[in-house]
Amino acid sequence: MLKGGHSLERQVSLKSGARVQDALERLGHDVIAIDVGSDLVAQLTTSRPEIAFVALHGRDGEDGTVQELLDVLGIPYTGSGVSACMRAADKVLAKHAMRDRGIPTPDFYAFNETAFKELGAAQALPAIEARLEFPIVVKPARQGSALGIKFAASAADVPGALVAAFSYDRKVLLERHVTGRELAVSIIDEHGRPRTLPIVEAVPEQEDFYDFEARYEIGRTRFVCPADLVPPLAARANGIAADVYALFGCSGFARVDLMLESAGNELYVLELNPIPGLTETSLLPQAADAAGISFDQLIGAILAAVVT
Amino acid sequence: MSSGARRTRSTARDIERYASLFAQRTKVMKSSAMRDLMALTERPDVISLAGGLPDTSTFPPDSYASLMGTVAAQSCARALQYGPTEGLALVKRCIVEVMAAEGIEIDADELLVTTGGQQVIDLVCKTLVDPGDVVVTEAPTYPGAVPTFSTYQADVVQVTMDRDGMRVDELEAILDGLARSGRVPKFIYTVPNFHNPAGVTMSLERRCEVVRIAGERELLVLEDNPYGLLRYEGTPLPTLRSLDGGEFVIYASTFSKILSPGVRLGWTAAPAPVMQKMNIGKQASDLCSSSISQYFVGAYFESGPWEQYVRSLIEIYRRRRDVMLDALAEQFPREAEWTHPQGGLFVWATLPDYIDTTDLLARALEEHVAFVPGRAAFVDGRGGSSMRLNFSGVGEEDIREGIRRIGEIVREQVALYGTLTGAPAGGAQAAGASGRQQPAETDNGDVPAAAAELARIVPLSAKRTQAG
Repeated sequence: MLKGGHSLERQVSLKSGARVQDALERLGHDVIAIDVGSDLVAQLTTSRPEIAFVALHGRDGEDGTVQELLDVLGIPYTGSGVSACMRAADKVLAKHAMRDRGIPTPDFYAFNETAFKELGAAQALPAIEARLEFPIVVKPARQGSALGIKFAASAADVPGALVAAFSYDRKVLLERHVTGRELAVSIIDEHGRPRTLPIVEAVPEQEDFYDFEARYEIGRTRFVCPADLVPPLAARANGIAADVYALFGCSGFARVDLMLESAGNELYVLELNPIPGLTETSLLPQAADAAGISFDQLIGAILAAVVT
Repeated sequence: MSSGARRTRSTARDIERYASLFAQRTKVMKSSAMRDLMALTERPDVISLAGGLPDTSTFPPDSYASLMGTVAAQSCARALQYGPTEGLALVKRCIVEVMAAEGIEIDADELLVTTGGQQVIDLVCKTLVDPGDVVVTEAPTYPGAVPTFSTYQADVVQVTMDRDGMRVDELEAILDGLARSGRVPKFIYTVPNFHNPAGVTMSLERRCEVVRIAGERELLVLEDNPYGLLRYEGTPLPTLRSLDGGEFVIYASTFSKILSPGVRLGWTAAPAPVMQKMNIGKQASDLCSSSISQYFVGAYFESGPWEQYVRSLIEIYRRRRDVMLDALAEQFPREAEWTHPQGGLFVWATLPDYIDTTDLLARALEEHVAFVPGRAAFVDGRGGSSMRLNFSGVGEEDIREGIRRIGEIVREQVALYGTLTGAPAGGAQAAGASGRQQPAETDNGDVPAAAAELARIVPLSAKRTQAG
């Protein structure tokens, strides 16, 4: 079981990993837990696991890096493969792929830092702001758990928001802010086919968006599962999520985050997480629970989906 | 642990059930993005200027062994035994000596030995603070005190500082404002010497003012003085305790920085009725502090001049401080400001307000360097552009290299902001740009141009969570 690592989501990964390890042991498996570091290849070579359960989040764990390594070493692993991870973990690539396929996602523009440094992109900001309208969400392309996400309420906020987002990634995205309800569709492969689980709605108690604090602190967010949606809307959300899952070529499990816009009831995909959290406050386990699948059964299903 | 003995799974229902069990006071105990980020700062490959660790590597191991040997030979059974809640007489004699070195005359029976200076903060809150009570602190304040104030659900108001410490005019304005709404702070918390994190020292004039205010308004003041003896330049100033005579000042100090943090021994001297309550509070917490530690400290003081080790630490820290200040001058852009501490362990740097030091830390970790984002020292959202830099915990080479790395990314962000706003790099001056007060001045004497930001009372009590 791979957990920890050096990404900014290390602590979250350690929590996910601990829960997963408990479940794996209850299921009767021998587990070697590895806090991934520079000796990862050595440890994998020595221990020769039959399957690697990847419980890493963020950089290197969820973006195809560790998956590539496991492919090279010939070790089967849970969850999506290299290309699905790469496509999903980079929000910019993901959004382009979705847009090209006609899957709804909020309007956006994305830039590398060099566009600003070398190409004077700053002068295009007014045009971008006019097209997207305020508030604008500024996010790093490849960072999970809401770290680095800033809201720009006006043009004056944008430079600071960009500086902040560029602290996390060389590529950032400016996205139209969708006001509405935050929905998460969890997907697990069952008998080779993706199955959508009951939709979870995340309602932060205090923060006006689901930020890092609310995400991982028990009691700070109200979860509603299944979300209170009319069946056609829920079906549409599930359908869109399944399309995204298929588009990226995911396998095993994933979670698609969507916004249901208050004005107009339109659904928009924010992102797909190829290794969603498995902590006490995470959404996938709650969705599974609502479907009558215990955490142990969930972990068992994720394992079963691994093609050996 | 066998798989059969594992606890059952958590479900959404369980989460809600635990959420409803947790006491109100835990709802303000935040696990933060910063704490998770901070967990990454202590990786071995990171140059961490984020810690608050003194350097314990120069304490001779054979001294340690010999002292423990002495304790074993002379006091084994007693060292292994419970002691009185107020602490052992032998360690109180040591404390009397240390306080004498700080210019305070005290009797052993006026002292309560505690488990670190941290426990004094806890006991003072335990004794004085009901949920919703006001506590006044400096802005910034010691980050380690904030969770304690939260636990007791205090409403915290922070008073800005400048190169001479807490702004007393602002303190009085705040106290007047509170009085108008019928509120009186339970105590004022201050770190007058080589402030953690601000690095500044409260001037003599301000000390006299604080004591005067305390006397006039009958307010208790918790004077937290862990670093008083770690002075690298200038003249020692009298403690608030010695100016006040112990009438309104609760004095706290510790062996952590002058001997060892590992012994977990601190102490307090307070007005007698407060001491009694703190004694009972301590008894309820941990019965007594470690007897082994107290005997160790006693033996240490018996074995030779304790000041010698302190002097050797002063030498080491002074050099490290100087290396850090030189490196800052070389590496940080001119938009940055920082304090010049006359002692202690920390420098406080403030960057232009468009840089958020929490985000900067994420960037810094990529370069394997770390610091404490300033927000950790405020309860009201201020401090987003400041950072605390520690120079006691790493060697001179690492300090130099660490500041170089931080300086590089700060310059990078300043340049990027300049590009984004069309202003020439360095067009935005730090002070005055947003009207936000800088917590301290540069060592070249610049006065922050910004007007003081109105201090807000920030409730750390449950009332706030319900109101949201």
